[in-house]
Amino acid sequence: MLAAAAVLALVLAIALQLWNNSALSRAAFGWAFLVSSKWDPALTETFGALPYILGTLITATIALVGAVPLGLGAAIFVAELAPDWLGRPLGFLAVLLAAVPSVVYGLWGLFAFIPTFVRPTSLLLEKSLGFLPLFRGPVYGPSRLAAGLLLAIMVLPTITAVSRDVLRAIPRSQREAALALGSTRWEMIWGVLLPYGMSGFLGAIILGLGRALGETIAVTMVIGNNLDLSASLLHPGYTMASIIANEFTEATFDLYVHALIEIGLILFVITLLINLAARVLIWRVGRRALAGGRA
Amino acid sequence: MKVMSGRRRLWRKSVNAMMLGLAGVFSILVVTPLLWILGFVVREGSPALSLTFFTELPTPVGVPGGGIANALVGSILTVGLGVLIAAPIGVLAGVYAAMHPDTPLGVALRFGTDVISGVPSIVMGIFAYTLIVLPQRHFSAVSGGIVLSFIMVPILIRTTEEMVRLVPNSLRDGALALGAAEWKTSFSVILPAALNGLVTGAMLAIARAAGEAAPMLFTAFGNPFMNLDLREPIATLPHMIFVYASSPYEDWHGKAWATALVLITLVLLLNVTARLLVWWRTRHLGNLG
Repeated sequence: MLAAAAVLALVLAIALQLWNNSALSRAAFGWAFLVSSKWDPALTETFGALPYILGTLITATIALVGAVPLGLGAAIFVAELAPDWLGRPLGFLAVLLAAVPSVVYGLWGLFAFIPTFVRPTSLLLEKSLGFLPLFRGPVYGPSRLAAGLLLAIMVLPTITAVSRDVLRAIPRSQREAALALGSTRWEMIWGVLLPYGMSGFLGAIILGLGRALGETIAVTMVIGNNLDLSASLLHPGYTMASIIANEFTEATFDLYVHALIEIGLILFVITLLINLAARVLIWRVGRRALAGGRA
Repeated sequence: MKVMSGRRRLWRKSVNAMMLGLAGVFSILVVTPLLWILGFVVREGSPALSLTFFTELPTPVGVPGGGIANALVGSILTVGLGVLIAAPIGVLAGVYAAMHPDTPLGVALRFGTDVISGVPSIVMGIFAYTLIVLPQRHFSAVSGGIVLSFIMVPILIRTTEEMVRLVPNSLRDGALALGAAEWKTSFSVILPAALNGLVTGAMLAIARAAGEAAPMLFTAFGNPFMNLDLREPIATLPHMIFVYASSPYEDWHGKAWATALVLITLVLLLNVTARLLVWWRTRHLGNLG
């Protein structure tokens, strides 16, 4: 009981500490902190978090665009199509993939993934679509695209595993009814299972999003850490987590530290809301499956 | 009409085959990175690996030899400290969550566990920094151990809760019906299950914590020398990989790969063992019921 209370106290303590230790920055910049893109610790000592918030949103979006179809497809394969001898090992490999430390992802991303995949792809994108601001060169290597793609790989196991569990929670009768009406297996999956488990799949995606938003070390290693205000995905950038990782120990005066902690506070609030939403959605599909099973 | 339905059928069948095939391809794509990463880490890491790599201290750039002894010791100390702090809280809270799932505190606890496991580890790092490093005015191994314990607690709670849930209700009711007090029931029936949860949970938690680099940046901070004093900054394996990889030296990149090989072997071994234990335990209890 005491231990349970300690866990709750920890949540409150995190919020409180982040709030208190960002007081200077909150007092100096107010809400403007969220929409200002000025980050100048050297001369004017003004701080704004917009480039980092945008950087986080951009990389997380790339990650989801890549990971959602792949993760759902893999979950469908593992839960619905693959025979047990194939589905089990695949599920197990996905679990191991989730266990790889993020610093190892970063190392691999920096020295293997970027040179062999991201850079050639970026050059191709620049050549064919370079007229769009999104794909404007020059291509360096470390970039928002590299971070986004690496994040996609990192959140894949989360999305796959949770979606697989959601699929397994859907009652058998739903599948049998669809097949009995003469639909093909794909029509059963697309027309019945996906809508039935929709809120669960959304939950899985949001859970993956939460991981993508907070990921630090791997992103810091491949994003290039550059305050770049262009829209290009091929340029190096920053995320909220990577600016903290990169500048926290270099922050020489209190306001600077408080500004970085305020970014941490924003990150905390965003991930808190996102996890909440994911849990509610997954919980709802579980309850519905239960009710359906009883009926 | 007949022709139409024949075509339509062909169309439906080919869409079916195509989408199902695509799902298969996707699942292969999902596991490809694991094999790619493992292959790369083994290939790049094994040349630098030797017995002395585990026993020597790091050398400056260009000086041959050198190892990760300081980071190994640092990781063991910080992770060990983290487990010591997190284990009692995690197990007790996990038992509570399993026994009282519907009381307000139980619901709040489950919610709190979800929140904590969702907090990015870098934010945990800042939190520990403001809590411990700032008042003490210097980085320390203790602060590293404490931040790791925050990261481990939710994992321990979840595995303990699941393990206790596996205990058949009849067993618990039986103990209570025989007149055992609730604490006695907990002690003799629930505790063995909880211990099982503790062992698997601790393995998963250690595997996770041993790989955390982000929160160590401004707690344990890193240290090129051997350090056994918990009040001083200390090196850890993931932080060392980060430092080596971000350096411009070929020599250090090789060491980053070798360190990564050590770390990933440790982490994956722990994970595989823990899953096997869970699997064995579930089957065992399944036969019992």
